[in-house]
Amino acid sequence: MLKRISALILAGATALTMAGCSSSSGGSGGSSGGGADDGKLVMGFAQVGAESGWRTANTKDIQESAKAAGIELKFSDAQQKQENQIKAIRSYIQQKVDVIAFSPVVESGWDTVLKEAQNAKIPVILTDRAVDSKDTSLYKTFLGSDFVEEGKKAGQWLVDQYKDSKDDVNIVQLEGTTGSAPANDRKAGFQQVISADPKFKIIASQSGDFTRAKGKEVMEAFLKSNPKIDVLYAHNDDMGLGAIEAIEGAGKVPGKDIKIITVDAVHDGMQALADGKINFIVECSPLLGTQLMDLAKKVVKGEQVPQRVVTEETTFTQEQAKEALPNRKY
Amino acid sequence: MSRILKHRLFWPLVILVALLALNLFFTDNFFKIQMKEGHLYGSLIDIVRFGAPLILVSLGMTLVIATSGIDLSVGSVVAIAGALACLRISGLSDQNSVGGVLGAVGLALVLSVVLGAWNGFLVAGIGIQPIIATLILMVAGRGLAQLITDGQITTVNSSPYKLIGGGYWLTLPFGIIIVAVVLALTAFLTRRLALGLLIESVGGNAEASRLAGISARGVLMTVYAFCGLCAGIAGLMISSNVSSADGNNAGLWIELDAILAVVIGGTPLSGGRFSLSGTVLGALIIQTLTTTIYSIGVPPETTLLFKALVVTIVCLIQSPAFRAKVFHRRRRPIAARPAAEEKVRVSA
Repeated sequence: MLKRISALILAGATALTMAGCSSSSGGSGGSSGGGADDGKLVMGFAQVGAESGWRTANTKDIQESAKAAGIELKFSDAQQKQENQIKAIRSYIQQKVDVIAFSPVVESGWDTVLKEAQNAKIPVILTDRAVDSKDTSLYKTFLGSDFVEEGKKAGQWLVDQYKDSKDDVNIVQLEGTTGSAPANDRKAGFQQVISADPKFKIIASQSGDFTRAKGKEVMEAFLKSNPKIDVLYAHNDDMGLGAIEAIEGAGKVPGKDIKIITVDAVHDGMQALADGKINFIVECSPLLGTQLMDLAKKVVKGEQVPQRVVTEETTFTQEQAKEALPNRKY
Repeated sequence: MSRILKHRLFWPLVILVALLALNLFFTDNFFKIQMKEGHLYGSLIDIVRFGAPLILVSLGMTLVIATSGIDLSVGSVVAIAGALACLRISGLSDQNSVGGVLGAVGLALVLSVVLGAWNGFLVAGIGIQPIIATLILMVAGRGLAQLITDGQITTVNSSPYKLIGGGYWLTLPFGIIIVAVVLALTAFLTRRLALGLLIESVGGNAEASRLAGISARGVLMTVYAFCGLCAGIAGLMISSNVSSADGNNAGLWIELDAILAVVIGGTPLSGGRFSLSGTVLGALIIQTLTTTIYSIGVPPETTLLFKALVVTIVCLIQSPAFRAKVFHRRRRPIAARPAAEEKVRVSA
């Protein structure tokens, strides 16, 4: 019964969107592919959802950049469900948009729908997250952060900070959700850089699930079982912020007694950095809109683009954070 | 001796002691409790402090399960309560004003009770199966929490609010004091007054209770509303502990931990009987397990497997049937044997 009702609603919704699309694309003569006749490029973007402040900033930036670049954006929110995203991509194919971009909710299961796009001669750009398709011709390029590089940047700062010191540096690590790409890669990149010098020792490493509450809980336990901690490396700002509370509760000064490195640079993290509670943040920027629009234009013109484009990202020290904070978008 | 062995809290207590003993070997200073910054500080304090929200949620869950129901929505109520309180406080002109914080906390708790009563209405008023009725709020509630926080993490900077989950009073974590008060009240209401009996009666057989003159609907409504209230307080603690509300992650899967705590504590899922002290022990066992994993440094990739192993062992030890098979293969209680034979004869 429920199935039948939801099918009915779905049918209604599809009919509505179809009607909407035919009336809007009617003006442009319904020409296939090209879209060059009225000069305006049409992009279909299928977003993951709105699960975090990071994602919301990502969405906003893409919408604003599209407007600035004169690209008509068709936007859909998949609410973290792959089937919604596949549905959205199929509807973009039917609407004959010029280019499709999306952040895949999960890595696998995209071959069929990407083939459909290829058959319809619509180029696809991946943003922020990759797919595991063997056939890399299914998409033109992948634009997103390089998590390994982020880990390396964090490690490099640490190595530079302690280059004159001969003592052991005891590091504790708060990992992201076990098995997630950012957690694995940020750990690996960091490890690569610091393993060059044996004085850097990771004495404890646990998952804090990318959340403040878990970050605090795990850090409390670290503080009790390890009497001497010099550095905390957290895979995102939120876990770092939770850990700061734990450190303060233990009567130590975050940023001084224990140096803190995090990744992301969300607003609360930047604030803590400017306040001197965090020492260094590696940015993982959601603001890839401008790059995405440039790539989209090139791809539609048929120009060659690299298979992998890394988001333009930077790092922040405490002084840089104070300067950058007033202009941060997220 | 055999009376102690047969006490239903004996085995949960043994498990808790065993877990703590594990730390004695693997972690230095695990049992050291110091004074730091004017409050108690140590791993044991951490266990009760971080365990406090789970104990609260489990208390509510115990009563619901005693009516042979279940409440899957507690995790969402946790998120909603924290989100609403933080939203109200972040809107205050002075975030440190006690009145404003009390107002926000009161509002969040009222909403939690309403949400609990909504579950109760679906179960008792309409007659939907509890697991389905509360599943609705479990799914929808997280959306509601995100709606309240606008999908962002709402950060507040309020010292009165901070007290609830992260503060100390008389050197003790304030959360523990809240738990002690709620526990004492619940124990008084259910064990000194008739309420506990009514709950068990409804759990045993709702229809028979109604015919005996008990307002089964009223009891169910009360119990679900109470469960909502407990989850609401837990939600305030969790969000206050980190001074922020995270609609996505606050209280995620806490319903499963709570059900586990109730079951470890010896309350059967079939209802009709419950043990508050058992539930508290169960929740403490779960939190001790979590803290132990962090302290002895089980690698994150194997954490879940380690937990699963411990929980399996705990559940097996808890089961009288399993114990009878393993420990007393030849020494069955004499009284039980004729009864068992009787049953066989009847069924044959």
